[in-house]
Amino acid sequence: MKIKPLQIVAHIILIIGVLLMVLPIWISFASSTHENVSILTEGMRFTLGDQFSRNYNEVLNEKGGWSEEVTAAKMFINSFIMALGIATLKVAISAMSAYALVYYRFKLAVPIFWLIFITLLVPLEVRIFPSYKIVSDLGLTNSYTGLILPLVASATATFFFRQFYKTIPDELLESAKLDGANAWSFFIDFLVPLSKTMIAAMFIFMFVYGYSQYLWPLIMTTAEEYWTVVMGMKIIYTESYEGVALPRTAERFAYIILSMIPPVLVVVFLQKWFIKGLIQTEK
Amino acid sequence: MSFLDLKNVTKIYPNGTKAVHETSLSINEGEFMVFVGPSGCGKSTLLRMVAGLEDITEGDINLDGQLMNEVDPSERDVAMVFQNYALYPHMNVYNNLAYGLKNRGIDKETIEQKVNDAAKLLQISDFLQRKPSMLSGGQRQRVAMGRAIVRNPKIFLFDEPLSNLDAKLRIQMRLEIKKLQQKVGVTSIFVTHDQVEAMTLADRLAVINDGIIEQLGTPIEIYNNPKSLFVAGFIGSPQMNFLDANLNNKTLSAENFEIKNIDSDYNGEVTLGIRPEHLIESENGLINLNVELVEQLGSDNLVYGQIKNIKDFCYRSPGNQTIKKGDTLSLNIEENKYYIFDKSTGKRVN
Repeated sequence: MKIKPLQIVAHIILIIGVLLMVLPIWISFASSTHENVSILTEGMRFTLGDQFSRNYNEVLNEKGGWSEEVTAAKMFINSFIMALGIATLKVAISAMSAYALVYYRFKLAVPIFWLIFITLLVPLEVRIFPSYKIVSDLGLTNSYTGLILPLVASATATFFFRQFYKTIPDELLESAKLDGANAWSFFIDFLVPLSKTMIAAMFIFMFVYGYSQYLWPLIMTTAEEYWTVVMGMKIIYTESYEGVALPRTAERFAYIILSMIPPVLVVVFLQKWFIKGLIQTEK
Repeated sequence: MSFLDLKNVTKIYPNGTKAVHETSLSINEGEFMVFVGPSGCGKSTLLRMVAGLEDITEGDINLDGQLMNEVDPSERDVAMVFQNYALYPHMNVYNNLAYGLKNRGIDKETIEQKVNDAAKLLQISDFLQRKPSMLSGGQRQRVAMGRAIVRNPKIFLFDEPLSNLDAKLRIQMRLEIKKLQQKVGVTSIFVTHDQVEAMTLADRLAVINDGIIEQLGTPIEIYNNPKSLFVAGFIGSPQMNFLDANLNNKTLSAENFEIKNIDSDYNGEVTLGIRPEHLIESENGLINLNVELVEQLGSDNLVYGQIKNIKDFCYRSPGNQTIKKGDTLSLNIEENKYYIFDKSTGKRVN
C-alpha cells in the first residue's frame, strides 16, 4: 500500500499530540525517581533515577498536615470515597430524573428540564457560600456526606440520559406494559440495561469530576482525616519551605503520579463500555 | 354477552381530533377479527384502546364480562404484536418470551415449560439463546408472536405485524398466523391496511373509514355485497371500476350504455361499480374497451383501457387470451354483478 502525503502529515500531527500529552507525565514520573538534590541542581529529568522505592514509600507513609496525622494513603481513600459517591449518586439520580422527565407526561416536564439544564451555568464555585451555609447548618462539615451531597445533582448527565431515553421507541414501553411491567420494573429491566454503556461513560466522567474537586473539600473540611488528594497536593509538603530542608520536589512528583492512578484505573476497567457508549447504542 | 364488547366507543385526542366515532362491535370467543382501512382511519386507535394503551374518551369496552375502561394494560391479560415487533433488544429470545411470565410471578419450571412449548410451536427453539438483533425479519416476527402466545392471553392484538416483511415472507407469515390462530384458538384482532391480508385472515372483517365501521361481515359477504362506495373501492384487487351514471325509473343510463329493470327505486345521480373479474367478453357487449395496457400475470391478464372519457377501466381476462394494446374489446357484465351507489352519500341503492 502506498502511503499518501496526507497520511504522513496526519500521523505527524497525531504524534505531536501524543507527545504533548505523554511527556509531562513521563517527566513527572522520571523526576519522581530522583533525589531532591539532583532535581534542584539539574532540573527536571527525562531519565529514570534510582530513588523510586524510597520516594514512593515516603509519600505513602509519611504523616503530614498541621497535626502530622494524615497520610497520603488516607487522602487517597477519602478522594476515592468522595469520587465514588459523587459518580454513583450522580448517575443514579440523573437517570431517574431523566426517566421522570421523558416518561411521565406531566405538564411542567419541559420547563423543569430547562430549569435543570440552566444549572449548568451555575457551577459549584458560584454557589459555594450558600452551599457551605446549608451544609454547615445541617452539621455536615467534616463528613463524607457533606463532601458528596452538594455535588450529586447533574444537569449534564440528566441531559444525556434524557436524550437517550427519547430515542427508545414507545412500543418498547407499551409492549413491556402489556407484559405486566410497572414503572419501576420498566426502569430496572429495560432502561438500565439498555443504557449501561451510557451509564459507564457517565460514571467515568463523574468519577473524574468528583476526584478532581478542589475548592469544595478545601472549604468543607477542617479535620485532616477528611482531606482529599487534590487538596493534599497543595498542603502536604508546604512545611518544607519553612525550614532549611530542600524543597521536596521528587516526593511531590511521586504524589502526583500516585494521584493519577485511581481515575486511570476506573477508565481502564470501564473503557470497553465507555467507547461503546460513545460510538453506538445497543438497539 | 359476547367475549369482547365495544359499546359506543369514542376517541377524541386532546387536540380535538376525533379518531373513533361511537363504534360498537362484538367479537365472539375464538374469532379472528380484522380491522381494515386506509392509514389514519382509526383502526389502530381502536385496537390500542382494547389494549389499554389509549384512554377511552367515551363508551365501554368489556372483555370476558369485565369492564376494561379503567383497567391498566398490564392487568388486562391481552397480548399485542407490534408493527416493529418491539422485541426487547437486550434480552435473548428466551427472556423475551419469559419476561411476561416472570412478571406474573410464575415459577421457573413452569416458565421454562411454557417457553419451550411456544418455541416448539413457532419453530424458534434453536434461537432461544440469541439476541433479537441476530435474527432475520421472519424469525423476529415469530418471536413477537411467541411472546404473545406464551402468556396464553384472553385476546391477541396484531397491529400491522406483516408490513415490515418482504412480499414473499409476508404471504408465508400470513398463512402461519392463520394456522396458528386456528390451532391455539385465541380470540384475535388484526389491524391492517392491506385488503388481501384482511380477506385471507379474517373470520369477520370490519372495514373502517374516518373512525366509523363502514361494514362488518365475513370477507366474502363484504366482497359480494359492499354496502358503500368506500367499501366497494377498498375491498377487491384490482379495484372496482366506477362509472358515473343516472338512475331513473329502474333504468340506469351510463355514458354509452343502459341497463334496464334495475332492482331499485332510487332516482338520481349514481355511481356504477363493476369488478374487473365480473366482465366477460361477448359479441355486441354493453361496453367497448379500447385497450391501452395489458398486465400479464400468467394465470390471468389485467387489461386496462378507455371507455369514451373514462380512463384506466380494468378488465380481468383469462390468462390464455392474447390481448394487445390497441385492440377493442366488447364486454358484458355478468348477470346482476354490478353495484349502484348514491353519488352524494356513497350508500348502496341496488
